[in-house]
Amino acid sequence: MSKTKIILGCFDDPDDMMQGITNLQKNSVPIYDIYTPMPIHGIEAKMGVKDSRLGYAAFCFGCLGLTVITSIVYYTLVGDWPQNIGGKPSFAMPDFIPFMFEWTILFTAFGMTLTFFAATHLFPGRAPRVMDLRATDDRFIIAVDAKGNIPHDDITNLLKDAGAVEVKHNERKYVSYE
Amino acid sequence: MTGKDMTYARITNEILLPVENKPNKAWWIGFIVSALGAMLWVVSISLTFWYGLGEWGLNKTVGWAWDITGFVWWVGIGHAGTLISAVLLVFSQNWRNSINRSAEAMTIFAVICAATYIVAHMGRPWLAYFTLPLPNQYGSLWVNWNSALMMDVFAISTYFSVSLLFWYTGLLPDIASIRDRAKGLRRRIYSILSFGWTGSLKTWQRFETVSLILAGISTPLVLSVHTIVSFDFATSLEPGWHTTIFPPYFVAGAIFSGFAMVQTLLLVTRKVLGLENYITMFHIESMNKIILLTGSIVGVAYITEFFIAWYSGVEYEQYAFINRATGPYWWAYWSMMSCNVISPQLFWSSKLRRNIPFSWALSIVVNIGMWFERFVIIVTSLHRDYIPSSWAMFYPTWVDVGVFIGSIGVFFTLFLLFIRVLPSVAIAEVKLLLKTASEQAKMKQIKEGHLEPAEVQYYKESLTKYDSVDMADYENV
Repeated sequence: MSKTKIILGCFDDPDDMMQGITNLQKNSVPIYDIYTPMPIHGIEAKMGVKDSRLGYAAFCFGCLGLTVITSIVYYTLVGDWPQNIGGKPSFAMPDFIPFMFEWTILFTAFGMTLTFFAATHLFPGRAPRVMDLRATDDRFIIAVDAKGNIPHDDITNLLKDAGAVEVKHNERKYVSYE
Repeated sequence: MTGKDMTYARITNEILLPVENKPNKAWWIGFIVSALGAMLWVVSISLTFWYGLGEWGLNKTVGWAWDITGFVWWVGIGHAGTLISAVLLVFSQNWRNSINRSAEAMTIFAVICAATYIVAHMGRPWLAYFTLPLPNQYGSLWVNWNSALMMDVFAISTYFSVSLLFWYTGLLPDIASIRDRAKGLRRRIYSILSFGWTGSLKTWQRFETVSLILAGISTPLVLSVHTIVSFDFATSLEPGWHTTIFPPYFVAGAIFSGFAMVQTLLLVTRKVLGLENYITMFHIESMNKIILLTGSIVGVAYITEFFIAWYSGVEYEQYAFINRATGPYWWAYWSMMSCNVISPQLFWSSKLRRNIPFSWALSIVVNIGMWFERFVIIVTSLHRDYIPSSWAMFYPTWVDVGVFIGSIGVFFTLFLLFIRVLPSVAIAEVKLLLKTASEQAKMKQIKEGHLEPAEVQYYKESLTKYDSVDMADYENV
């Protein structure tokens, strides 16, 4: 039994990598993940990844921000301590719009981005789970779980056929930073 | 993007060159000069805090002067960064990819400088929390939500924090690039800063969604910020301030001055860091066109203001404008007019638009002009009010000058540190251009015969303006 844990197909061109995905998919080899130095357009459809739902989160946070600031302004200036300014109504709606607008944006931005960080497990100090150090430089990596996907040489050939510059059989899943 | 034999690796190497190597002489000279400026700022602002606003040249009539001028000037400069990163992303203008990072950094630093002016102007900055709606010992007498100054607190703080978030999220993949190439302590530091970015499929997909939505919400945000800054003046009853044209006029002026500052910084950065292949003549010319457009809008606004003052029949309004142009501050008014309205018109000439030293000089002229614009609006409107007996002139003290010059020092110190520790061009976004919008990709298309001869001819002609393209390569194509 080989000790290989993960097979990495390293490509130097995104188009070749897409070909690699096609080759693996044709042969029903499940792909663990893909690591690239830049976003690849059209890859989500190919990999069957559903659209991100962060837009809905953004909308909800926006509504929350609007509600929070409207409540604060209404409570302080209309409810708790109405001020008589030239006898005008204390519920001066047009004056409140800039605040409502700003906090809608503020909550949308922070709510959505923090949701993104939480969902993707990004936070300061997290140990980077990197499989290949060049994945953030000039290599487009297809990772295939070695377990259950045999024979490994066939996978290597599929990746090589697509134009992989290197295929690695790693015994450790992540490159460790010692 | 221009250049031959560009590869993904070369992009990373070239952009990270200043981050991964020791700074050169030009950087040190710039840094020392800026740091001295920043020291001047520390001294001036300390004197202001220690002795109070009496250190400034303000008097009973002119209660707002250099400080508010500096504040509006910096906020305006900040606008171009968001505009480039957000508005151009929403409109899928991918030429923004190579300039957005440094422009956003410029936004952040400019807004930091602007914020220091507000804090300084409070006189007692340790009471800055009075601007927040906190329960207090007065009753509770809350903040006044009807005030434009209160709106400013919310607008500027939201703008700053959202810009910072947008900028930092965009930086994550590039910080990861530095991390994976670094060793030892550097790797450790960048590892923490990178939040554990891996560049996996899902991460990128979410990242793109987040970027697009942040851009979408930043666009109205940036317009709202300078609109609200203009409310500070427009909602008062001061002749010369109380005008409905202020919001669009301020926003156009902000974009105008912001692009000028981007030009000032990028033309130097491009040369010193050798980024000619990324920040090309196309960028320089496009920015100059935006300066021409917004400069013209500002010019129209000046003339409209003047016309409306006359047309309104309000004598105070009329006097305020006649006084601006012919009163004791005529020199400020005409500096503003010549720097902001007349000089950008030179950019109708394509030759001047593509002349780098000229563009740089003109961007400085525009920055000076925009400072004078705020000075004219603020000081000349105030110095002669309704009662002639209280008319006065404003004379800045050296502390006033020190705070202003010093804030420029702070700005450049921050910017110079930024280009040393973080990539000044968005690496991942520029990589997207390699196979789509690069000279190399186009060359391949031409060689493989995918383009009509007429198209090729047009393309070759338009390439002659680029200083980073060797036309000899195109002789046999």
